[in-house]
Amino acid sequence: MNTRYLPLVGFGLVAALLAFGIHYMRNNSMNEVPSPLIGKAAPAFDLPLLNDPGKRLSNADLAGKPYLLNVFASWCFACRDEHPILMSEGRKLGIPIIGFNYKDEAADATRWLQQFGDPYSVVIADRDGRIAIDFGVYGAPESFLVDGKGIIRYKRIGAITPEILAFELKPRLAAMQGENP
Amino acid sequence: MSHARPFRGIFTALLVLALLLPVLAQAIDALPFKDRAEEQRFQNLTRQLRCLVCQNESLADSSADLAKDLREEVFGQMKQGKSDIEIKQYLTARYGDFVLYNPPLRGGTVLLWFGPLLVLLIGAGIVYRIVRRRAKVSPATPSAASSEEDW
Repeated sequence: MNTRYLPLVGFGLVAALLAFGIHYMRNNSMNEVPSPLIGKAAPAFDLPLLNDPGKRLSNADLAGKPYLLNVFASWCFACRDEHPILMSEGRKLGIPIIGFNYKDEAADATRWLQQFGDPYSVVIADRDGRIAIDFGVYGAPESFLVDGKGIIRYKRIGAITPEILAFELKPRLAAMQGENP
Repeated sequence: MSHARPFRGIFTALLVLALLLPVLAQAIDALPFKDRAEEQRFQNLTRQLRCLVCQNESLADSSADLAKDLREEVFGQMKQGKSDIEIKQYLTARYGDFVLYNPPLRGGTVLLWFGPLLVLLIGAGIVYRIVRRRAKVSPATPSAASSEEDW
């Protein structure tokens, strides 16, 4: 065996590893923490409505039909980028979009929805963020697709873009509706 | 000797502020620890947990809002008598293994834990082979020993 080329081969391997690392980092955001809740039941919640704190919404009220839970806040800039897509495409999804107002002042959130529009069927408010911890939320926006059995099927960390809507959300929704007649 | 030193007051104020900094840092969230041991257990535990927002920081160090909430949650569960393992399970059930700085040892993480050892063993094997080959060559050529000394 000719060992003269061994250092070159070693260098080649290290260079390939580095190239793979750079390529991988470009395509996969390292900030996204994969959720262990996918495929499991959505955590139990019972939260007051934003516009009517006397009323509450819980898992039981939503049982039997799929829904999209969208975590947003008036202090969240990326939510503003996401908002027009929810406004224009949200209703076409055919499932209710539940607004999950995360660690926000009720007055701020209400004003925000008046200013940018309200794409939600109903908005629940998690003032202290306790329920958000159960959902593994660590920022906003985040979205959870929950099926009729209350199982989380998909989680989007960050804004819903037209690409995410077309290639991630809609196919999963179609698959879910196929299995639940 | 008696002339005024206008900077002295400012210097003193800065010194006092600098000395107070650790106290101020402690006051980020003053949790009511019942004794030193409990505080140490809390510090030790939150240092092993990663802040999800600033992912290079531990829960103990991060000033992110969520880190504060999670510190309160950890403290609350300690008060309820939960063990460190139970608290870690609570967090991994929600945020995955990512919250742990030390990943658990299981099928998917074997390479992560023992990969460095494997590389070390491969290196040792290579060095052993090279040394043995040289040892075979050197007795036949006595001049090799003298040339080695020149180095």
